[in-house]
Amino acid sequence: MTETTSPKTRRGGFRLQLEPRLSEPSRWFPAAVSLGAIFVALVLGGIVIAFAGGDPFRSYAHIARASFGSLGVISDTIVKATPIILTALACSVAFRMKLWNIGAEGQFIMGAFGASAIVLTPILPAETPRWLFVPVMMLAGMLGGALWGFIPGYLKAKFNVNEIISSLMLNYIAIAWINYWIFGVWSEGGFQMSAKFPDNAWLPRLLDYAESIPAFRGLTTHAGLLIGILAAFVVWLVIYRSRWGYEIRLIGDNPRAANYAGINIARNVIFVMMLSGALAGLGGMSEVTGVVHRLQTSPIAAGYGFTGIIVAWLAKLHPAVVILVSILFGALLLAGREIQPSGVPKMIQGIILVSLIASDFLLRYRVRLIRTEVEG
Amino acid sequence: MDFIIIFQAGVATGTVLLFATIGELLTERSGVLNLGVEGMMLIGAMTGFSVTVATGNPWLGLLAAMLFAGLVSQIHALITITLHADQVVSGLALTFLGTGISLVLGEGLSKAGTVALLPSFSVPLLSQIPILGPVFFTRQSILVYIGYFLVPVTWYFINRTRPGLHLRAVGEYPAAADALGINVHGMRYLYVFIGGMLAGLAGATISLAVAPGWFSELTTAGQGWIAVGLVIFAQWDPVRAAVGSYAFGALRRLILDIQGPTVLFGFANPFYYNPYWGFFLQMLPYAFTVIVLVIGSREAIRKRLGSPAALGNTYIRGERGL
Repeated sequence: MTETTSPKTRRGGFRLQLEPRLSEPSRWFPAAVSLGAIFVALVLGGIVIAFAGGDPFRSYAHIARASFGSLGVISDTIVKATPIILTALACSVAFRMKLWNIGAEGQFIMGAFGASAIVLTPILPAETPRWLFVPVMMLAGMLGGALWGFIPGYLKAKFNVNEIISSLMLNYIAIAWINYWIFGVWSEGGFQMSAKFPDNAWLPRLLDYAESIPAFRGLTTHAGLLIGILAAFVVWLVIYRSRWGYEIRLIGDNPRAANYAGINIARNVIFVMMLSGALAGLGGMSEVTGVVHRLQTSPIAAGYGFTGIIVAWLAKLHPAVVILVSILFGALLLAGREIQPSGVPKMIQGIILVSLIASDFLLRYRVRLIRTEVEG
Repeated sequence: MDFIIIFQAGVATGTVLLFATIGELLTERSGVLNLGVEGMMLIGAMTGFSVTVATGNPWLGLLAAMLFAGLVSQIHALITITLHADQVVSGLALTFLGTGISLVLGEGLSKAGTVALLPSFSVPLLSQIPILGPVFFTRQSILVYIGYFLVPVTWYFINRTRPGLHLRAVGEYPAAADALGINVHGMRYLYVFIGGMLAGLAGATISLAVAPGWFSELTTAGQGWIAVGLVIFAQWDPVRAAVGSYAFGALRRLILDIQGPTVLFGFANPFYYNPYWGFFLQMLPYAFTVIVLVIGSREAIRKRLGSPAALGNTYIRGERGL
């Protein structure tokens, strides 16, 4: 009896078959698949945490409580999300053209450096009013990031150099570069950090208005969030509502067709890398003027550029979705600081990305269980 | 500064890159780009060190490192070969995953102290050769000697054997290989696994021989990415890969040693008197990787050489394309 029902001994049986989807799946389906993938990722992450001697349920409950439990921590979550919004936008723009800029980390660092150089060189005196300081620092941050994006873009356009490796190598060079300035030139009293910026070079924070609105007391959310939301809107306009964006999308979907249509691919490679770098650089400026208030390596080179890659992919490169996903990842980073073992947030990010990519095939293929014919 | 010592240490350091580069080269020859080398190396370094701490036997550590990294590489194989996902994104994800897993499982490992290391020895006779003897055959780890064998063996395998011919066919024209009855998907799984094992070996070479210990992400410090760049520079040729790996190893060593002496070539050593200039020295391996990429890419354009034709493409039987 058991022999005839066991799939191994039975003649015929079932097998999985993948069939390409011919029609677009319904609108909710991709979102459902992504949520399912995240759920699977959290389960897998929990297994590894348990294996390493932690308690997965307590870890996850802690993440939820420590990131959304009160107004104060929600504000902290948003502070963590702000740099991710900008690096994820940077990655979205480049990835839309299938340009694999994984140097957002280095461009972020160079943006922070550019903004800091305005204060520390000093290019503007310390008593410059905020209305002048902040825009100049924003420009300098974008310039620093765009320069760091230009290098791999130019090498790709001119010599067909693989942008993945060149942009990644530039991350390490950027870290050594700011270390030189922090340890050597701008070191404050031999410490591994620069002097604190004057108050008028800080981005305004909610707590600055606590005198008129008492509810804002202690909230560190800063104007970088507005910069991020504005940047998301601009990116949406450029990608989906402009001629340039049409070119970017066409090159990403079908470079051969774009070439026949007379689009200059080499020029777009350089410009898109610069736009991507400028967005990441803006993120670095926002972090250094909104949170750290001085140039220091560990809080600036904290991996926001890499998290941006995952967020961009999870948001399917859409600017509005980027903001939402960034807040979730901000929560993960914020709460992750106190979790043991300390590598957990990084590992969960990795597992989420892997299961997301794996789940993508559900969007392209229909999985069918097929009963094979019983022979003879 | 003694150049013999620098080159001797450079060969040992370069062995790390050699294993990783040869592994990635074999994987890419089968048509699969695996950007997860850095992650797999970290897995290998962490596993090798922790198993050695637990068992006291570095050979067990080495074996475990290769197996675990090979296992992790199969995630990339599954996602790209069977589930047809983009190889670039999946490889990136593998680096994140490998880094994360090795950080979590390696928690507290940095305090483990010293462990039994793999043996080092000098080769009789060969070590007597002037210059070459001290550089290549004196007091090197056994892994370095394994590296010397790996290069000609890999070259011979790829270019002169039947399985090597199949490997090249799968990477250049999978549809034709498939028509000849070669199992394209099976071959690709196998070579992703071999690449993963060699990346794991590279990681364990760091943690058990070259720079013993576990220092989280700083253990590899981007060497996995340099290996991916070296494959392009090597034009997918094992011998060129070896030259590049040892040159990079020597460079890393030179950077460490150049900051020591007060006098350099008869002049006051600027790196000794301006210690912060050391940060510019630290940039060199990464800057050289970019330069080496430019050289490799220009050469590829000029000679109309290039990557294996099917590199980066999913093979789906019955679909148009390569």
